[in-house]
Amino acid sequence: MTLIIEKDYGTPEKKSDKNIDLNIDGKSVTVPEGTSIMRAARTIDTEIPSLCASDCMESYGSCRLCLVEVDGVRGTPASCTTPVAQDMQVKTTSERLTKIRRGIMELYISDHPDEDSPLNDMAQLLGLKENRYGKQGHNHLKSVIDDSNPYFSFDASKCILCARCVRACEEVQGTFALTVDGRGFDSKISAGTDQSFLESDCVSCGACVQACPTDSLFEKRVEEIGKPDHSVVTTCAYCGVGCGFKAEVKDQEVVRMMPWKDGQANHGHSCVKGRFSWEYAIHEDRILSPMIRDNITDPWKEVGWDEAIEFTASRLKDIQKEHGIKSIGGITSSRCTNEEVFVVQKLIRAAFQNNNVDTCARVCHSPTGYGLRETLGTSAGTQTFDSVMESDVMVVIGANPTDAHPVFASQMKRRLRQGAKLIVIDPRKTELVKSPHIKADHHLPLLPGTNVAMINAIAHVVLTEGLMDQDYIDQRCDTDAFNQWRDFILDPINSPETVEQYTGVAASEVRSAARLYATSGNGAIYYGLGVTEHSQGSTMVIGMANLAMATGNIGAMGVGVNPLRGQNNVQGSCDMGSFPHELPGYRPVGDDEARGQFEKEWGLELDPVPGYQIPHMFDAAVEGKYKAMYVQGEDVAQSDPNTHHVEAALNALDCLIVQDLFLNETARFAHVFLPGTSFLEKDGTFTNAERRISRVRPVMDAVTGMDEWEVSCRIGRAMGADMSYDHPSEIMDEIARLTPTFKNVSFDRLDELGSIQWPCTDDAPDGTPIMHVDGFVRGKGNFIVTEYVPTTERSTRKFPLILTTGRILSQYNVGAQTRRTKNNVWHDKDILDIHPHDAENRGIVCGDKVLIQSRMGETVLEARITENMQPGVVYTTFHMPESGANIVTTDNSDWATNCPEYKVTAVEVRQTNRKSDWQEEFDGFSSSTRHIAE
Amino acid sequence: MIDMDKANEVINRFKDLEGGLLECLHGVQQAFGYVPKETVNVMADAFNLSRAEVHGVISYYHDFKTNPEGRKVVRICQAEACQSMGSRGLTERVKDVLNIDLGDTSADGEYSLEAVYCFGNCALSPNVEIDGKLHARVSSDNFEALLKQGDGA
Ligand code: SF4
Ligand code: SF4
Ligand code: FES
Ligand code: FES
Repeated sequence: MTLIIEKDYGTPEKKSDKNIDLNIDGKSVTVPEGTSIMRAARTIDTEIPSLCASDCMESYGSCRLCLVEVDGVRGTPASCTTPVAQDMQVKTTSERLTKIRRGIMELYISDHPDEDSPLNDMAQLLGLKENRYGKQGHNHLKSVIDDSNPYFSFDASKCILCARCVRACEEVQGTFALTVDGRGFDSKISAGTDQSFLESDCVSCGACVQACPTDSLFEKRVEEIGKPDHSVVTTCAYCGVGCGFKAEVKDQEVVRMMPWKDGQANHGHSCVKGRFSWEYAIHEDRILSPMIRDNITDPWKEVGWDEAIEFTASRLKDIQKEHGIKSIGGITSSRCTNEEVFVVQKLIRAAFQNNNVDTCARVCHSPTGYGLRETLGTSAGTQTFDSVMESDVMVVIGANPTDAHPVFASQMKRRLRQGAKLIVIDPRKTELVKSPHIKADHHLPLLPGTNVAMINAIAHVVLTEGLMDQDYIDQRCDTDAFNQWRDFILDPINSPETVEQYTGVAASEVRSAARLYATSGNGAIYYGLGVTEHSQGSTMVIGMANLAMATGNIGAMGVGVNPLRGQNNVQGSCDMGSFPHELPGYRPVGDDEARGQFEKEWGLELDPVPGYQIPHMFDAAVEGKYKAMYVQGEDVAQSDPNTHHVEAALNALDCLIVQDLFLNETARFAHVFLPGTSFLEKDGTFTNAERRISRVRPVMDAVTGMDEWEVSCRIGRAMGADMSYDHPSEIMDEIARLTPTFKNVSFDRLDELGSIQWPCTDDAPDGTPIMHVDGFVRGKGNFIVTEYVPTTERSTRKFPLILTTGRILSQYNVGAQTRRTKNNVWHDKDILDIHPHDAENRGIVCGDKVLIQSRMGETVLEARITENMQPGVVYTTFHMPESGANIVTTDNSDWATNCPEYKVTAVEVRQTNRKSDWQEEFDGFSSSTRHIAE
Repeated sequence: MIDMDKANEVINRFKDLEGGLLECLHGVQQAFGYVPKETVNVMADAFNLSRAEVHGVISYYHDFKTNPEGRKVVRICQAEACQSMGSRGLTERVKDVLNIDLGDTSADGEYSLEAVYCFGNCALSPNVEIDGKLHARVSSDNFEALLKQGDGA
């Protein structure tokens, strides 16, 4: 095991049909036209010294270290800024060049501290022995260090002003937080308007730290722990982008996480969470030993694994004996690996002998699965992320990628800066609507809950104005279905002028946006939970698929309908058969042939009747029919809507088993706690939003002493099922045998290819970046009528405001991980955003405590007044347990999939100076049920 | 607080011009005598840039002042000849006396202190200009007297 050092070619790759041949130090090389001399040299491993160049940004030509000699050219051109020419003869070393380079280095070193540093290394490499200038002159050696950022520091005394950080922030990340301040000797790198990094616009992605050639920008942890000795390539466990990382490790301790250049989802970039906020994995709050208790009011008792597994299995068997086979079930986690999820659903199907399995995707992307399967034939997004670089117009609906999917947002911004058009459909003015160098062509700030009315209106414009792609429709789609849908859409009830009364968006804006989407070339739709978490979530997914088909925008690069998945493995957990009606690979449990395959492989008979969905589990628990539940890595007590109901359900269980890293909110109600493993210990795979299966590789041994998949298997065995594997790769082999779209997936193939996008079949042995290329998976594309049915959750005199929810960059979902990192410096409490008008009417000023009441419950948060909100709509994040945002959300849900309507709750807001009753109770109960016996 | 309506009015005049930021900065400086901090975010927003970028441009050009000018302007030469005659030490002394840094204006708005790179009076270094009047061969000892002299007049 060694430290992976990635090659830097100095300047970005150029694409051209024309190739240029040249000669460098006597070796010939052929590169595409437009390539720099530096890049050409480095492709044949001829090293040219450089400081200001890097292949993730355009060349800058400031350090002059990379000078070369070119036959027939006077002087010594910089190889990073000079493009190659046919038959060019280049010399990269000569006495003259060495002299100039040493001279330059001498100047740098005279203003540079003497310690061990890359710049001093470079000086040594160039054979610089003494320094004629000394360090007495006017220099920057006394500059102050900015260590305001919790993860990295900036030491200006080491800075050589190559501006790689500034350019990384602009070109790679797209935040533009840095600048060169002043000029000449007085110039320096400044964050914001000469502020500290923390006060500036910096989002702490770390791209500048990675780009800095002198360690002026330096990760604090490396300073603390020292240099790593080997790298392990793995996958981030936060969002659905699924960035590839090199964990750089010293012994078994992670020193830092470096984004992996060969990672196909991120190409060497990352966000604050992936790069820096992984320390929760080694947090002291982690529970390392299994624990059991008879009653939730008893203190926890730490026990060994054997006892915990025996206790669990016998309790479950007893309950089944008394209350029937179907009285128990479980929930799988989108945070765990495919292999771990697969064994939990197998535990339920094979050992519990029923289909009471559901997953947390129920509360986020279940409508995606439903809507895309019914129209196109596959429960997954159509594109690969890189497709966006060929989009001419993007439509972003109910998604806030700069906060929730930051690395993909950087890629979108890069494309937007190249000139692609942008339409944002969102109640809030999100960062994509306007931020440095980004400006949406249209922002349609619709009222929450009116997505379907909006998508119908857009389709209405496309059809009435003849902007559809009739050839595409005729060739690839079901004609009857299209005609039916067309007749429906053409009805004036769907015109922008009619729906304006629901959406609140001017008809003319909708018309221009529709024309822009339909006529600009490649149109790509990206959406998030602002689409799915509605009573008409599935309808909206269908509506977007209809629109994309009608305009011919599916089946090629640059187009498509793309869910931005919230969690690292939402796609995977759905693929792995986590639904009560579906076996792995989305095959109905009632389908005898599919089920038969599993029965044969597992050697037992399976229940053909679908089981409970999560909301039904809770209902049945309250009714007393559902008695025990296995919850894998998910905090339903905090994340699911209508907390009161969920808590009542959990309270009613005879046996609740929680498998997690921490004693989370749900564990307050648990009888068995099975400590889980973090992604740094897992060996398996995650599947990201673009169907990309990537390896998660262990950096250290399971600190709990047992792998999670092994725990589930052992419970299964203790209950009588045959579940034995020697290694997680054998679980993947079983998945591949049982799931047609995974046919050729294996750990070996993944190690060989880096990652694989499913379907990976005999026809597509290397995977499928773009779906539906030669036709739709379901055969003919299916148009479905999408009638707009307003949600019953409407603002009333009593509850005149609409509350909608979301998340921010530095925190992640229920915050179980990010709250246990230094990210709290950016966000340590949830805040209610409210428009100045609404605030003024209620006498609320910024920073006031406000009581938020809905028909379900009430909670107290701090208010922030902002024009990013529209009047009548308020917004909060849901990262902190004590905020109790889901105390107020309702039990409304999507008609097709029961995905909860988080995004629309009618509320009233007023000033207060106390906590809500729930919050008071929470404080007390929370400590009393968390007690561990000494 | 500065008059934001006035600032917005100036900024709106330039915001749709291609590369109008420089002209806009001049406009703002003309209107206020300097480029107020409060206008940086507004300009960033108007030109769809980041505040760091606007700051970068302001700091690049010596012409732009970021503080309102004091009632009296003290300018000290920082160039070679004056330096060799002790303008560094003098500058430290002046900073102490006025209790401000180069480029700043005192809190009461009385003085601003600026760096100048050569008044063309090198033979009589070091040179200091107080309220438009050039004083040659200034020393740490007589600076205060010169300042008072100006005040008394
Ligand atoms: S960490 Fe990222 S956002 Fe912050 S200054 Fe560096 S590149 Fe820019
Ligand atoms: S963008 Fe998502 S996957 Fe990538 S580093 Fe950030 S959280 Fe991890
Ligand atoms: S690397 Fe070419 S000038 Fe710096
Ligand atoms: S150097 Fe000071 S006046 Fe010329």
